Amino acid sequence: MRRPLRRSVELRLDVADRIDHMPGQHYVVRLTAEDGYTAQRSYSVASAPGDPLVELFVERLDDGEVSTYLADVVEPGDELEVRGPIGGWFVWDGETPALLVAGGFGVVPFIAMIRHARDLGRLDLLRVAVSSRTLAELPYAEELVDAGALVVLTREARGIRTAGRLTAPDLVPLWEPGQTAYVCGSSSFAEAASQLLVGMGYPAADVRVERFGPSGTPA
Amino acid sequence: MPGPTRGFLGRRQRDPRLPPGQYDVGSDWPVLTAEPTPRIAPETWSITVDGRVESPTTWTWDEAHRLPPSEYRGDIHCVTTWSKFDTSFAGVSVDTLLEAARPTADAHFVMATSKTGYTTNLPLEHVTGGQAWVVWEFDGKPLPIEHGGPVRLLVPHLYFWKSAKWISKLTLLARDQQGFWEQNGYHDLGDPWRQQRYQGD
Repeated sequence: MRRPLRRSVELRLDVADRIDHMPGQHYVVRLTAEDGYTAQRSYSVASAPGDPLVELFVERLDDGEVSTYLADVVEPGDELEVRGPIGGWFVWDGETPALLVAGGFGVVPFIAMIRHARDLGRLDLLRVAVSSRTLAELPYAEELVDAGALVVLTREARGIRTAGRLTAPDLVPLWEPGQTAYVCGSSSFAEAASQLLVGMGYPAADVRVERFGPSGTPA
Repeated sequence: MPGPTRGFLGRRQRDPRLPPGQYDVGSDWPVLTAEPTPRIAPETWSITVDGRVESPTTWTWDEAHRLPPSEYRGDIHCVTTWSKFDTSFAGVSVDTLLEAARPTADAHFVMATSKTGYTTNLPLEHVTGGQAWVVWEFDGKPLPIEHGGPVRLLVPHLYFWKSAKWISKLTLLARDQQGFWEQNGYHDLGDPWRQQRYQGD
C-alpha cells in the first residue's frame, strides 16, 4: 500500500489463481460487514499483465463507502474479496496504435497500457494526453511524463503553457491512422474530450469511452 | 461465501427499495456510455420494429408521438452500483409498438439496437406486459442527449445497460443473441435483485 497523493491509495494485491488481465480491465472489490451487508465497487487495474501483483488506484471519496474503507482502514496483510478481471471493451491489445486521453484519475487504466507497452517494447504505439487540475493531483504524474504524455493543467501553468483545458490543436498531432482512441475520466471530462475528438473528424466508431463519478458540473 | 471484511461496518440504514449491492445516488444521474454521445435531431430519428413480426413497422418522431402516451414512475438501477429513486419518464409502451408489428409465434427474444450501433438483448417476456417503454421525456422535459435523447429504451426492472440509449430498432428473434455488453462479459438478463451482473451470476 502507498498513498502517493492526498485522498487516494494505491493497493497492490496478491490475487490467488489470478487470470492475466488485459490493460484497461477492472476488478470489483467487495466488502462484507458482520451482519452480512455488502458493498462493492469497481476499480481500474494500473498494473501490467506481467506484474505478479494487481495494482488498484483508489480515489477516496468523502461520502464513499468502499473507497473510504480502502483508504482509511485497510492494512497490509488484510484479505479482500475481489473479482476480476472484468470488461472486454475498454481494453488495449498491445499490438495496435492507440490514443489515450485521460482526465485526472482517468489515467489509471492507461497506466496499465503504458506499463504493458513498455514490457513489450512498444511504447511507440501509444500517444497519451492527460488533463489534470494540478500536477500534484495527477496520479502517476512522473510515469506519464516519462512515457512522453502531453500533460495539460487546468489550474496552473506548466512550462510555456498557461492553465487551460485540452483543445483540438493539442490532440491533432497525436492522431495517427489506424488508431483507436480511449477516453477515460469524469463524466464531464469524458463527454468534452470525446466530443473534441468527434469534432476534429475522428471517427466516432473508433472512440471508446469510460466515464466515472457523478454527472455534476466540470471540475 | 467469504466471511466479513475486517473493520468494515457498512452503512447502517438501508432503504428497502435498494437491490443488494446498490447505493442511492440521490438527485444525481451518472452518465455511463461506451461511445461518444451522438447528436441526433428528432426529425431524423425513427424507430423500427422488425425481425420475427408479421408487419415490420417504422415510426418517425411525429408518428411515435401520436401513439397512446405511457409513463413510468419508479426506480432505476445501474450495474455500476448506483440506483436512482422516483424517476419519471414518458413516451410510449413497447407493448404499443409490438401490437402494431405483431410478433410471430416463434419470437422469444428482442435485440435492441441504437443509432450508434450499440446492442443489447432481452427476453421478449421482459419487455411486454407494461414492463418496457421507449421514452423521450424525463421529469417532464426532453430526455437529455447524454442520457439517450432524443429517445431511449427503458426497461427499469433490469440493470440499466439494457435500457439502450438512442434507440432506433427492436428486432424480434427466435433465438437469443448477445448484445454489446453481454458479449463483453455481462449477464444476458441482468436482474438487479438477483445481482446478475456478469455471465455466470
